Amino acid sequence: MKTDMLTIIRKEFARFFKDRSLVITTILLPGFLIFLIYSFMGDGMMKEFSTDENYVAKAYVQNMPDELSPAFDQLSAEWTVVSDSEIEDTKALIQNKEADVLIVFPEDFVTRVSAYDVKSGEAAPNVEIYYNSTETESANLRSILVDMLDQYEASMANKFDINAGDGVFNLASEKDMTGQIFAMLLPMLLMTFMFSGCMSVAPESIAGEKERGTIATLLVTPMKRSALALGKVISISCIALLSGLSSFIGTMLSMPKLMGTEEGVSAAVYVVTDYVMLLGIILTTVLVMVALIAIISALAKSIKAASTAVSPLMIIVMVISLMPMFGGDGEKSLAMFFIPLYNSVLCIHGIFSFTYQPLQIVITIIMNLLYAGALSWILTRLFNNENVMFSK
Amino acid sequence: MEEILKVQGLKKTFKLSAKQQKIEKTNEKIKVAVNDLSFTAYRGEVFGLLGPNGAGKTTTLRMLATLIKPDEGDAVLDGASVVKNPEEVRSKIGFLTSELKLEEFFTPNFLFDFFADLHGVSPEEKNARRKDLFERFGIDKFAEVKVGNLSTGMKQKVSLVISLVHDPDVIIFDEPTNGLDVLTAKVVTDFLVDLKEQGKTIIVSTHIFNLIEKICDRVGIIVEGQMVVCDTLSAITGDKSLEERFFEIYEEKVGSIA
Repeated sequence: MKTDMLTIIRKEFARFFKDRSLVITTILLPGFLIFLIYSFMGDGMMKEFSTDENYVAKAYVQNMPDELSPAFDQLSAEWTVVSDSEIEDTKALIQNKEADVLIVFPEDFVTRVSAYDVKSGEAAPNVEIYYNSTETESANLRSILVDMLDQYEASMANKFDINAGDGVFNLASEKDMTGQIFAMLLPMLLMTFMFSGCMSVAPESIAGEKERGTIATLLVTPMKRSALALGKVISISCIALLSGLSSFIGTMLSMPKLMGTEEGVSAAVYVVTDYVMLLGIILTTVLVMVALIAIISALAKSIKAASTAVSPLMIIVMVISLMPMFGGDGEKSLAMFFIPLYNSVLCIHGIFSFTYQPLQIVITIIMNLLYAGALSWILTRLFNNENVMFSK
Repeated sequence: MEEILKVQGLKKTFKLSAKQQKIEKTNEKIKVAVNDLSFTAYRGEVFGLLGPNGAGKTTTLRMLATLIKPDEGDAVLDGASVVKNPEEVRSKIGFLTSELKLEEFFTPNFLFDFFADLHGVSPEEKNARRKDLFERFGIDKFAEVKVGNLSTGMKQKVSLVISLVHDPDVIIFDEPTNGLDVLTAKVVTDFLVDLKEQGKTIIVSTHIFNLIEKICDRVGIIVEGQMVVCDTLSAITGDKSLEERFFEIYEEKVGSIA
């Protein structure tokens, strides 16, 4: 049986790796496209939310207080004082994106603010800032002005400070911060990429052989059906892993741009044991996914039917992958690690957030192997079922 | 004569979908494809199954090749039951039918190696058989061309060679010359004669009278899933041609051909 299984694996590898277009579309393109798309998205977001350093904003002001004037002058803006009669025209300019901001202070702003008693119940002096949120420069200048005025307001009634000075108040380590970001993003990304990898090869390998009539040629050889099932599951898993790895590398390389920092987060905070655990989880999870998709593909009459039937499963995997983000970091019941796919999500989350226990990983790996074994057994039964194999 | 295949009371039914019921113009939900079919084949003979389309020839051969399971009955091939020991049966037979396709991506060379490995053929034997069969069928000229780029005749030659990769004693061919041009059909027919001379047992289904007359020792005529006649060719035909006798037998069983 072992020899037959290896023969099937060799054939599946030859079918895949000797087909240049399959290698390009399944392994190289996903990673490359993800890198390209995420990088463009990152660049686009940076451009969308940042202002050109040399840009000089066109700003208009009425009743500018003398105390605030020096601070306003430091901004990269050309200030023009407007009168009451010019207010509406200035608003129109902002609406037409020909000006960025209009700030209207009440008359005697500083005096009125000083005299204002919070307990009086009267309306506080109001500063009006007109801007255009669809214009990045306008929205950014408005944010800066709001911050400046908040600071000015705080300085007028400074009863106490929070975290004043240059001290380090956030005591979270780089490890914790990296863990938090990775644990939030990677379970879903990894599970999705693994599943996509499986989806891209399993239906072709099983439903495709049925559709083309080549599976019958295999079924008249003396090979055991279990050798065929295991050979298929193992070879597809290897190819799916490569496809998933490609997508993962593409994501990791584009992450600094996507997250808006070239320094990024460092994966160096994880030790070898963490990576070994992760590898164990990934390998066994892919086996479960491939065996599951293989069964659906064996039941389907064509590649198209198989892909359609597998799609809802993809959505389920994505939803399961998001669950740890909303589940809190409390201790997980061991029973959770018996649930297929969800156990893998919990483990990946636990590994990246440094909250896993080795027993959870061991249970998950064993359960995944058992599920993959049980699913492969079902696949073997399907290969033996003439109604399934030769249904038209 | 030594019995090599004993078929006893084979029965196979298929469920008909609504679409199939419409096509077959019937309200029956079950179609009896093969009904209580029995015959014996002897070592070294060519046994022909003759019958019109839909008579149950292919279903019978698929049961003998263990691709499908009989509902009732059994067939024992060289001591192995198709019901109880399907893997053993598969190791003893070579099966060729038009429904068995080859992966178009691979070359004849690759497929020969692949199927030889699945049949547990040693490397030496594999190379010797490849040389012999590839030369005989002229496959060596396109041994490294992908199957997808070959003509129908070339593909049929490759399928034939691959079905014999393990030098089986019993060879089951379903319509071996169907769809072939006259030249390729002649190469295949001559090869069947050669196999017979080598002492192989061949079970062949066809509706080509000429092929039966040329190579078969004994013939079984199947009509509507039942074996109507099973005897030597000369005993069936007497002083008539096989074609004449076939239509006589068919009309006796079914009625008018029209």
